[in-house]
Amino acid sequence: MLLDILLSLLILAGAVFTFIGSLGLARLPDFYTRLHAPTKATTLGVGSLLIASSLYFSNQGEGISLHEILVTLFLFITAPVSAHLLGKAGLHQNLPSVGEKETERDLS
Amino acid sequence: MMAIVLTIAFALVAAASALSFWRLLIGPSGPDRILALDTLYINTIALLILAGIHLGSDLYFEAALLIAVIGFVGTVSLCKYLLRGDIIE
Repeated sequence: MLLDILLSLLILAGAVFTFIGSLGLARLPDFYTRLHAPTKATTLGVGSLLIASSLYFSNQGEGISLHEILVTLFLFITAPVSAHLLGKAGLHQNLPSVGEKETERDLS
Repeated sequence: MMAIVLTIAFALVAAASALSFWRLLIGPSGPDRILALDTLYINTIALLILAGIHLGSDLYFEAALLIAVIGFVGTVSLCKYLLRGDIIE
């Protein structure tokens, strides 16, 4: 019963964080803020989903389940790398940011 | 209780995938679309993990791991193409 409540909380938290990350991706105003939303929220969301899955399969009576640790480790290593490369690509293309537009309006 | 929570979680992750796909369609610049693809594959991993819990099968982690590896390689190569105009120099 306690395990059920813990699993439900973890799954709900993971799904809500995944949704918030994609909501930020769809709604935020410029590329750099859009880069911020999914790279953190989605990793946290998938992380708690993987913890929930690890707990669930560890209690099925077939020993400790360690596949999830592999996926978690890989995602936590690669998410900052791809976010860094995306930020570099955005800077390389001189994408406009919200702050820049406002200062330009102030100057003109 | 797990069944209700799993249904809600499936709905939320599916809505997240739809929002990422919306950004992929309208994204004004190239990096926006790459970011939307990146988010879309991470949402797919979440969906596969939920399916694994729902069906009680741990075969889905191999698929999740494969999607993680191939998605990362795809994101990096698309970013390299935008940065350098070439992938392997």
